[in-house]
Amino acid sequence: MDRPIATTRTAAGLPTGRLAIWWVIVSEIFIFGGLLASYIMHRLAKDAWAGHAEHTNLYAGSFNTLVLLTSSLSAVLAHKAAEENNGPKAAKLLGLTMLGGVIFVTVKAFEWSAEISHGYTVLTNTFWSFYYTAAGLHACHVIAGVVIMGIIASAARKGQELQRVELIGIYWHFVDIIWIFLFPLLYIAR
Amino acid sequence: MAHTITETTHAAPHHEETFWSKYVFPLDHKRIAMQYIFTGMAMAVVGGLMSYVFRMQLAFPGMDVPGFGLVSPADYNFLVTSHGTIMIFWVAMPVLIAGFGNFLIPLMVGCDDMVFPRVNRLSYQIFFLSTVVLLASFFVEGGGFGGAWTAYPPLSAKGAYSMTPLGSTLWLVAVALEFTAFLLGGINFVTTAMNSRAPGMKMFDIPIVVWMIVIASILFMASVGPLIAGAIMLFMDQQVGTAFYDPDRGGDPLLWQHLFWFFGHPEVYVVLLPAIGITADVMTVFARKKLFAYRTVLYTAFATGVLSFFVWAHHQFVAGIDPRMANIFTVTTVLISIPIAEMCFVYIATLYRGSIELATPMLWALGFIATFLVGGVTGLYLGASGADIYFHDTYFVLAHFHYTFFPIAIIGVFAGITFWYPKMFGRMLNETLGKIHFWGTIIPFNLIFIPLFVLGLGGQHRRIYNYNHFPELAGADFQNLRVFATVSLLVMLLFQLVFIWNFFVSFWRGKPAGKNPWNANTLEWTVPSPPPHGNFAELPTVYRGPYEYSTPGRDDDFWPQDAPN
Repeated sequence: MDRPIATTRTAAGLPTGRLAIWWVIVSEIFIFGGLLASYIMHRLAKDAWAGHAEHTNLYAGSFNTLVLLTSSLSAVLAHKAAEENNGPKAAKLLGLTMLGGVIFVTVKAFEWSAEISHGYTVLTNTFWSFYYTAAGLHACHVIAGVVIMGIIASAARKGQELQRVELIGIYWHFVDIIWIFLFPLLYIAR
Repeated sequence: MAHTITETTHAAPHHEETFWSKYVFPLDHKRIAMQYIFTGMAMAVVGGLMSYVFRMQLAFPGMDVPGFGLVSPADYNFLVTSHGTIMIFWVAMPVLIAGFGNFLIPLMVGCDDMVFPRVNRLSYQIFFLSTVVLLASFFVEGGGFGGAWTAYPPLSAKGAYSMTPLGSTLWLVAVALEFTAFLLGGINFVTTAMNSRAPGMKMFDIPIVVWMIVIASILFMASVGPLIAGAIMLFMDQQVGTAFYDPDRGGDPLLWQHLFWFFGHPEVYVVLLPAIGITADVMTVFARKKLFAYRTVLYTAFATGVLSFFVWAHHQFVAGIDPRMANIFTVTTVLISIPIAEMCFVYIATLYRGSIELATPMLWALGFIATFLVGGVTGLYLGASGADIYFHDTYFVLAHFHYTFFPIAIIGVFAGITFWYPKMFGRMLNETLGKIHFWGTIIPFNLIFIPLFVLGLGGQHRRIYNYNHFPELAGADFQNLRVFATVSLLVMLLFQLVFIWNFFVSFWRGKPAGKNPWNANTLEWTVPSPPPHGNFAELPTVYRGPYEYSTPGRDDDFWPQDAPN
């Protein structure tokens, strides 16, 4: 692909892709920030929500936290491999990260099925509405990340566009960090 | 800051371009800019005609409006809602930010395209989709959304209340798609301006208009997020049946107002800053004078940007917020008038002792300052919570709003279009027609909205379909003012035909413009008009700031940024 010269310039001192991914994350922070701030304002005003939070599955949540954080490790290792110009290794490590994402979403699917069958649906009350909306928006980001990672890994295996391995890694860390906010707010705080 | 990559002369790849790759799916930033500008102009026609229909209903209630027919109450609500939505999200945003941003940023910073051409194309495609969804929402069962462009719940949250179950959801989807398009575009603008500047172009050598579009894009990114979250919740309320905004079931309708205005107020500055930037570039060229206090303009823009995040609750003084909080927001609101006033003074100082040429773009730029001043000063009354309790939801607010937004979205845009038209299409606009259009717009504009100020002071509430139902507002003195405003609007709309004629006839009949018809300094004037694919035959190096006019000791009164000496 022929890129414009504009893409290759670095007047700000860092590669264009990295600069852009940070701006993507800035705009994402404000989306999740708005949602979480709305949740927190409600939560502070309503003590009853502590009771609702007790019905979440702390074990599933903790396991998912562990999986997601661990998957970031292989993303970092993939970046290292990409810097060493080892495309196939980077692709393999990205595959591990994708596996983590898939496990995360699968556990979530079972967790939600159980909750819904116990009668805690998105319509039960505002706590559960926030629970499904916030975690659902996050899960969409996980799924999107896995898909994009698949595309990047298949190119990286052929040694192409290795700079993208780092960029998807930055995004994946961001998805982790959002979960680190969501997990205590939705599951633990009582 | 090292430019280690050696840049050879840009050889534009000459593969065959089909009609589709050239006009429908272009990657070139200039063509994407044209797509945005033409879509925005088409939507301006739609939005303008809507105002014609509902103004006719207000002046002559119950009349068969020519070309539309009888206006029902639901039609009326739908028309005012869509007028607001379209003019802000489908005219001001695409033309001022996306249109001018796409056209000007790569040319003005001296590179061949946006950093991500394909993201740029995707941005327009999503925007186009959003336009289609919005227009489609007018024709679904129940009609288009009629709950005002602010879409306050509970009215907007339930089909049973809004009576437009499909229309309101499609409206929301269209707005959300539009936000996505501008987030993608904004990331492109900010990254391009940060990373792809020509060698030698330092931070303070960037033309003000580029700075302003970049600051506006960052403001947009930082303010729209919470509203996207809010829109997701509103969507869930509408379509899934959750109760985020339903007070009966534990929700809170005020939450939407906070999320909306946390975006809504910075949004005013998102569109204002590019217009102010255009004005700066136009004024320096036609005053043949260096911009007075370049850095001050930037610092005031930063101050405005930061302050704009702390004023939102002044839209909610009567919404039941704590009066102590209202006091704080009164103070921040009055504070934000300081940087804006400062910019106006800086511009007036730029004019002082310049050799002013009253060409059409300059008239628009001066018109911008004059009308925006009225908008700003009337804003002070509304920012004071005590006065606002009386003025809230009257035509005084409406007239104030239009005295700020009309200069931005119409006058500022005309300043930009008339100024860069030679660069965009390679031909000059007709000056006489341009001046007729200017006076035919600016005089009726004032004649529309000054009567509305008077009506607002008299207590005329807005969002009323037929004032005959309210004896205290139905008197002849009030009704005459309404008729006067409506007739002025008709005159103003008719004068837009002059512009449309001038715009399209000049495509073919205009005088060829040449590279630099205005003798301007910035980099876009160093390339042929219209610029070829890849912009620069040889990528430029920058030696000085953008506003070196009338430098003592030089033969020319301008000094292009890329001239070594």
